[in-house]
Amino acid sequence: MIKTHKVKTLVIHSATDVTLMCQTVRDWAQTENLSLLNQTAIVTAASELAHNMINYAGGGQVDLAVVCQGVRSGLRLTFTDQGPGIPDVELALQNGYTTGQGMGLGLGGTQRLVNEFVIDSQVGVGTKIMITQWR
Amino acid sequence: MERIPILQVQEFLLVSIQVDMHDRLAMKLQQDLTQQIVQSGCQGVLIDISSLDIVDSFIGRVLGDMAAVSSILDAEIVVVGMQPAVAITLVELGLSLVGVRTALNMDQGMVLLRKLLQEKSKRQGNLDQDSQS
Repeated sequence: MIKTHKVKTLVIHSATDVTLMCQTVRDWAQTENLSLLNQTAIVTAASELAHNMINYAGGGQVDLAVVCQGVRSGLRLTFTDQGPGIPDVELALQNGYTTGQGMGLGLGGTQRLVNEFVIDSQVGVGTKIMITQWR
Repeated sequence: MERIPILQVQEFLLVSIQVDMHDRLAMKLQQDLTQQIVQSGCQGVLIDISSLDIVDSFIGRVLGDMAAVSSILDAEIVVVGMQPAVAITLVELGLSLVGVRTALNMDQGMVLLRKLLQEKSKRQGNLDQDSQS
């Protein structure tokens, strides 16, 4: 059973919002004693998803939470937008392989960075992505 | 207006990225760098990312683009100071950073640039010889 404590919602509409969010995620990750690698991974993942929301959905919001399951604890971030939605999620996860020059949602890469990655997207409604990084 | 400074260090240009880069700042940096390369005639550029504790696909793309544009202007780019955690996450993200050479630090970056430029001028010397004979 997963217990949630310490929650915060941030609105993401501009690059400054993304910077603030990244700093907050880094702070929380440090406070929860995530390893340096896991800290970097979740902050990078958060940056990717936040930029996606701005680039494809005109913005959105991110809910931060500290979660506990038994003895382990970690961070859970949920990115929600009312954008166009992703028509083929399977394909997006594959084509998310960014070569640095290609375009793409970077979803596949982001998925690899974190422990848990859950995506729910409906065309014309929006997208919700929940990522969790344990200590 | 915010801008990332470009300094000349010995025969190279040095760009030190210490702030979070957004679209406009990245574009400005590209423009400034290309202008400086042409004006200074420098053939080597060091990009110091030791202050960046994350590199996402946007920054990765900016670095790749800078390398590509510099190459067209006959300049080599070496990225230095990548933090270990950043290197690992870049691989997991699947960013291959095509055409972007790296070195551990500034000193090694300059050694690498000098070596690259030496090899380049040797190749050009050989081409000149071939066309003369």
